[in-house]
Amino acid sequence: MKAKKSSAHYNRQDAIFKSILISASLLVVGLFVALFLMLISGSMPSILGNGFGFLTGTTWDPGKGIYGALPAILTTIATSLLAVALAIPIALGIAIFFTEYAPEKAKFSLTLFIDLLAAIPSVIFGIWGLWVIAPLIKTYVQQPIVASIGFIPIFGGPAYGISLSLASLILAMMVVPIIASLTIEIISRTPVSLKEGMISLGATKWETVKHVSLPFARLGILAAVMLGLGRALGETMAITMIIGNSYMWPFANPSIFAPATSITSKIASEFYEATSAIYVGSLIELSLILLVITLVTNALFRYVIKKTNRGARRQ
Amino acid sequence: MVSKVVVGAIVLVVALAIGGYILLASQPQQPVQVTAGGASFPQPVITKWTSEYNKLYPHIQISYQPIGSGGGQNNLFAKTFDFAGSDAPLTDAQLANYTVLHVPETIGGVVVSYNIPNLNVTIRLTADVIAQIFQGNITKWDDAAIASLNPSLNMPDADIVVVRRSDSSGTTFVFTSYLSNASSLWQLGSGQTVNWPVGLGGSGNSGVASLIQQTPYSVGYVEYFYAKNNNLPTAAIRNQNGEFIEPSLASVGEAARQGKGLLSSDVRSAIVNMPGSGAYPISSFTYLLVFKDLSYMTQAKATAIVNFIWWAIHDGQNYTEALYYPKLPSDIVTLGEGILRQITYNGVPILT
Repeated sequence: MKAKKSSAHYNRQDAIFKSILISASLLVVGLFVALFLMLISGSMPSILGNGFGFLTGTTWDPGKGIYGALPAILTTIATSLLAVALAIPIALGIAIFFTEYAPEKAKFSLTLFIDLLAAIPSVIFGIWGLWVIAPLIKTYVQQPIVASIGFIPIFGGPAYGISLSLASLILAMMVVPIIASLTIEIISRTPVSLKEGMISLGATKWETVKHVSLPFARLGILAAVMLGLGRALGETMAITMIIGNSYMWPFANPSIFAPATSITSKIASEFYEATSAIYVGSLIELSLILLVITLVTNALFRYVIKKTNRGARRQ
Repeated sequence: MVSKVVVGAIVLVVALAIGGYILLASQPQQPVQVTAGGASFPQPVITKWTSEYNKLYPHIQISYQPIGSGGGQNNLFAKTFDFAGSDAPLTDAQLANYTVLHVPETIGGVVVSYNIPNLNVTIRLTADVIAQIFQGNITKWDDAAIASLNPSLNMPDADIVVVRRSDSSGTTFVFTSYLSNASSLWQLGSGQTVNWPVGLGGSGNSGVASLIQQTPYSVGYVEYFYAKNNNLPTAAIRNQNGEFIEPSLASVGEAARQGKGLLSSDVRSAIVNMPGSGAYPISSFTYLLVFKDLSYMTQAKATAIVNFIWWAIHDGQNYTEALYYPKLPSDIVTLGEGILRQITYNGVPILT
């Protein structure tokens, strides 16, 4: 048996342990602040040189020294929102099936596939989108739509396959597993007593889901959607490969079948070859804008969650 | 029996000793690591060169990172690259800040490739027609301007899908330089990126090539090598002499030969739209960039770099044609020799 250690020894150990934990947490804060400051200082040549016009400009022509970010900003927001809108019903469908209907055996393989889908590197989604999905949706989705309601500008032709809508679709594929796995997690935490209560009142499964599980999981689903949106906003590789990289959307051609350029694809395409200070600065300012968009969405969702939470408690 | 074993043992020992001696004697000198990078266009050639050179001189290891011409330039200026590859030469403003030499190391041709279903033949184009297609002024394949250049072909009544680069690129620089030079209708200027009014953007030569392959009625521009590799048809383009020239090692090499006069006054001169019979008009040199004064690195490394580039423009040229890059004309090799002789270490030329 070892001699008993003094309590002072334990206190010292505790203090060391605590300070390690604190510095680990401070590292996150420090990293974020450093990153933010770096982006601001990196964008200074653009902020000073391009001024406010950077945010409203619609032309990007480095050869002539014109830098306008609006089409890229709008494309990023549009593709992400569209992707999440496509992903939510699919992800909720998966989650409800999983928690309420799926037999145990199916659950295992379903989890496996959701996890596998989440683990696919985005460059593979990019190649798949470019080689497989683009020709398919061009022939079977875009061209029929253009032929029937193409007179409405946002569904106008020509259909290339490669487009804003293809990018949104592929993003949706990448976002589905994130939203689905979190939603499964949350819905399975619905108290069994509540569900049993519903069933004893003669409710069907669907009514149970609608009146108990979904309201119970509402906040968690919102949080999952936010995570998915974050992923969609920042996705780069797949987008760069399939969005078509044209700066004409939405001003010269508002069609969702037109090629477009997102903030991330712009940066990925041009950063390595950017030479002048203002060119590099403009690309860094684009990433600063992306960060701000992410922060704003985050804050917005937190606000909504807080609001609904309070509302829920008051009921 | 015993004697046999003894003889065997002696033979073995002697063999080991000789082998060991040879190994020791050929012990490489102090290894030299050279880091370089830049343009992705000449990467296949440079990679071939560095591996062949390493077989000749095992102690010299050269790595080349294909991060793009601009990235190569920036890393050279920051001295993180010992030399750089670039399709676009440095500007006067850059040269005022950095005393960097350009050594032409190989030649590239930019080709106009297309995907017209059931028409897998060479079509004829002029600078004016290409300019109008890529600016969105000509939008149909059966446009009168295209049809009159190709009277024997039955051009389809289909929309032209323009495919161009989305990333900044030396290929775009060469293509737009040619259009600026050869067509008064071209209004987008020249540069590594221009503000395209139409079309799909593909990332890299391979991105453009794959978009052309999978998009019927598309047209785009890629380096000759990529069109060859992907079996894409290429257009014959009218040169200054009025001949329609198909891209080939010979026709691109001819443009380089015609550029000799221009290059001897300024090595950075563009060789697009060269006069002269048989010259393919969208051709360009690509350069290795190296500081004139290499005193900032070790002498062994400086010597290795200069010797490698010397080797590349001489013996190295034997490897280029298999990769679809033309050989440097002898006049340009002589020019390169003169440039390499200017490189100094502590004020003394490295090559004597």
